[in-house]
Amino acid sequence: MTMMKKLLTSAVATAMMVGGAQAAVSNDTVKIGYLADMSGTYRDLAGPNGMKALEMAIADFGGKVNGAKIEVVSADDRNSPDVASSTVRRWVENENVDLVAGLVASSVSIAVSDILEENDKLGIVSGSAASSITNEHCTPNHIHYVYDTYPLANGTASAVVKEGGKTWYILTADYAFGHALEGDVTRVVEANGGEIIGTLRHPFPTPDFSSFILQAQASGADVVALANAGADTTNAINTASEFGVTQSGQTLAALLLFLTDVHALGVDAAQGIQLTTGWYWDMNDETRAWSDRFEEETGVRPTMVHAGIYSSTMQYLKAVEATGSDDAQTVRKQMMDTPINDMFAKNGKIRADGRMVHDMYLAEVKTPAESKGEWDLYKILRTIPADEAYRPLSESKCPLVTSK
Amino acid sequence: MSMIFGVPLAVLAGQLLIGVINGAFYALLSLGLAVIFGLLKIINFAHGAMYMLGAMSTVILFDSLGVNYWVALFLAPLLVGAVGVVIEYFLLRRIAGQDHIYSLLLTFGVALLLGGVLTNIYGVSGLRYAMPDVFQGGMKLGFMFLPYYRLWVIVMALLVCFGTWFMIEKTKLGAYLRAGTEDSQLMQGFGINVPLLISLTYGFGVMLAAFAGVLAAPIYSVTPVMGSHILITVFAVVVIGGMGSIGGAIITGILMGVIEGLTKTFYPPASSAVIFLVMVVVLMFRPSGLFGKEA
Amino acid sequence: MTQPVNQTEIQKAILEQQSADNRKKMILNGVLLLLLLAAPFAMYPVFLMKILCFALFAVAFNLLFGFTGLLSFGHAAFLAAGGYTTGYLLSNFSGLTTELGIIAGTVAATVLGLGFALLSIRRQGIYFAMVTLALSQLVFFFLVQSEFTGGEDGMHGIPRGHLFGLVDLSDNYNLYYFVLAVFLGCYLLVQRIVSSPYGQVLKAIKQNEPRAISLGYNVNRYKVLAFVISAALAGLAGSLKSVVFQLASLNDAHWHMSGEVILMTLVGGMGTLLGPVVGATFVVNIEYQLSQGPLRDWVDPILGGIFVITVLAFRSGIVGEIQKFVKKNLG
Repeated sequence: MTMMKKLLTSAVATAMMVGGAQAAVSNDTVKIGYLADMSGTYRDLAGPNGMKALEMAIADFGGKVNGAKIEVVSADDRNSPDVASSTVRRWVENENVDLVAGLVASSVSIAVSDILEENDKLGIVSGSAASSITNEHCTPNHIHYVYDTYPLANGTASAVVKEGGKTWYILTADYAFGHALEGDVTRVVEANGGEIIGTLRHPFPTPDFSSFILQAQASGADVVALANAGADTTNAINTASEFGVTQSGQTLAALLLFLTDVHALGVDAAQGIQLTTGWYWDMNDETRAWSDRFEEETGVRPTMVHAGIYSSTMQYLKAVEATGSDDAQTVRKQMMDTPINDMFAKNGKIRADGRMVHDMYLAEVKTPAESKGEWDLYKILRTIPADEAYRPLSESKCPLVTSK
Repeated sequence: MSMIFGVPLAVLAGQLLIGVINGAFYALLSLGLAVIFGLLKIINFAHGAMYMLGAMSTVILFDSLGVNYWVALFLAPLLVGAVGVVIEYFLLRRIAGQDHIYSLLLTFGVALLLGGVLTNIYGVSGLRYAMPDVFQGGMKLGFMFLPYYRLWVIVMALLVCFGTWFMIEKTKLGAYLRAGTEDSQLMQGFGINVPLLISLTYGFGVMLAAFAGVLAAPIYSVTPVMGSHILITVFAVVVIGGMGSIGGAIITGILMGVIEGLTKTFYPPASSAVIFLVMVVVLMFRPSGLFGKEA
Repeated sequence: MTQPVNQTEIQKAILEQQSADNRKKMILNGVLLLLLLAAPFAMYPVFLMKILCFALFAVAFNLLFGFTGLLSFGHAAFLAAGGYTTGYLLSNFSGLTTELGIIAGTVAATVLGLGFALLSIRRQGIYFAMVTLALSQLVFFFLVQSEFTGGEDGMHGIPRGHLFGLVDLSDNYNLYYFVLAVFLGCYLLVQRIVSSPYGQVLKAIKQNEPRAISLGYNVNRYKVLAFVISAALAGLAGSLKSVVFQLASLNDAHWHMSGEVILMTLVGGMGTLLGPVVGATFVVNIEYQLSQGPLRDWVDPILGGIFVITVLAFRSGIVGEIQKFVKKNLG
């Protein structure tokens, strides 16, 4: 069945090439499927507003590419790999979807990338944190765009150690993501001459952090690092502020914190926390201009994931335009060959393993005195150059890299 | 410093205190469930959602109308209690007399409905709520720093728990309640409006959950999903205590807070599972829970 | 005895009626079977298989809930036990044929089910529901902690392999007919169980347990057996699902999954044979359609609403209400 289909498409493609037809866009339509958590834990960082960002990109591109129309479908993955894989299978096998965008929960992203590889379609992961997505789970059919755990740990941990935070106590969410983050932090801290004096693995989710914060205080460590995400992180920060962790001289480092989280916490509770981000809305005129438009659409300021969805969709459409094709490998190659220079990234580059590497930023949450508005939350302390931020290819376990 | 199983005594003391505080909080939440089950035989899976509504309405009342914490402490539970009365009147009443299981399924549906709608309006990142100024800071106890607010939580939780227990078990009103729900025809004969009594009892039960929600608003992340995480933990507490036993829910709540606290000290990863382990063990030896009457 | 002629006539009429009913049923079943056989050519096979897996899960759950009156709030544990065991074995032992992996998954769920049953069976009503919930939470904890499950990333790339080492299951159509065959086999098995003397005892227990005890039945033994069969079939559903999707994830073990199977059974009609199948089809479909459409962000509240409406207005579920309607108007 599928063999037949492949033969047929290649025959059609050949016929078109022979006929000299330029546009090899299948069905004369570029179809993008947006798959994300629309109702659960990860809703706010991508979710329905990510769809808005995607639509903005298509509108800015003009709604058509080389005369072919651009269509969008979307679905709630319900954070379930089952739901995600049945949706994506139908999209690529029956509905001619060319690109799957969004992709937040790591279990969803990994499941989807398997299906995309099987069907040779393209996926751009914007929301997931797991660095394994372009390491042991890499495929020639997806790109990981915005960030991953490696630069998060790298950026924050090395900066904090260099500022004198020598001894570390890590509160880790007890699941794969937390363990990965803990491992990365440990490596970076030790490489910079610091020391991990304690780790504590807490269940996911944990509604009350007082007991764990108390243990972190009792450890006497210079730095209390939070290797968790979402509600766990905001709860931990709230409790740390209540128990006076920073007042007693300890530094709080959050390894994964989104703008929406900091907004929920407020600068009172979150002030002084250092974190690494892939993008911030208030960096320059370009980012501000785009964010103003985004806020008009959605009522909130964009997270790095929203900006990444916009940027990656633009890059994709440009590549389709340049090659005149929506074939996954053709487009991916074009995207890899084209450096990314837009409001999201400067000199961003997609590597062979599918990792988009770009400069990351070390930020600190502003104090109430410094913050001039609801969304005026970060000051950027340092730009972390792309090569320093991301896992070098020499350490990669991705077969696309190692077999070469 | 003296050590117990590799943990300094001072740290252990702090953990125990925190355990008691969390336990009081569990007790408050379990209490409402126990009242609702004990008097009405309703298995209220919407209890977590009511807790969430209490916290959410505290924040929303402040953001939109400037209602402060002290007013919210009364107003939010009243509002949520009213929601409870509506749910009882329009929904639960229609399945009265059916198997308990249907009340569980119905309230589970209500919880999904409420959580889902609020998620679409307010998102899941959490709403910001500032700690009232009076509670800023805390006291140094030697072995730990105790924020004033936690002290307030334990005092309020215990007061409300004791008050409720006293009212239901020791006063005339409580006697009416117990009688009215056990033999409604007889009480109806005495001229007591039993359906109203039932609505109000359910409303009162969810008020307790909402009150816990107000207490939680300044210290926990206030989101539409905050209730669903805590729901089954609290259910476990009530089951261990013996479904429907008011005193049992209170004592077990505190006990479980302490056991959870100790687990958080000695083996943190298991701290969310330990309650279920305790539950399985307790029910093996006491089929109706620690303080429950034989079913 | 006074009017023997009349008596036999009535009996005859009843028998005729029954055989007519049976004929109708046969025709109905035949049509259904044809539809199931033709379905993958009209609909997407993977989606159909998803429905079949959940239908089997709901049928398994209903054997316990609908026919024995025991509400387990921990059935997700068996779905997950089956899925993870099959997934682990097929991923790590390449020599293993698919059906052996599935059988192993089913066995794992059966053993787990026996453990659950022994610990919970003496508890009544809500306590039974809560003990099963507590046990499934412990299973969830174990699965989160274990390395082999891949934690919240899940287990991916489970090979579909070859059935008996011969039939290539990576072909969706081959796999569909395999899943369909397993499903039908299990469905018929449950049908046999329910109509057997053993099934009659289960129904008696559901209606009035003290009476069943006083009639001399060892009620607990019957209940344990029902629980274990139910767990085994739920595990089989999980094993099949892991082969179909080539993944297993923590969602399968979460207590929300236990809630979802209750919803499916209730919506379809608890205590009827076809009910859980209809319910699973309905819920899986509605979830899928909603998550794609304009109401994409509202799946949870809508499911909640369906729960509420079903409990309030259609407690007998779709199939139950139809049966009632037919009895009232056509019988």
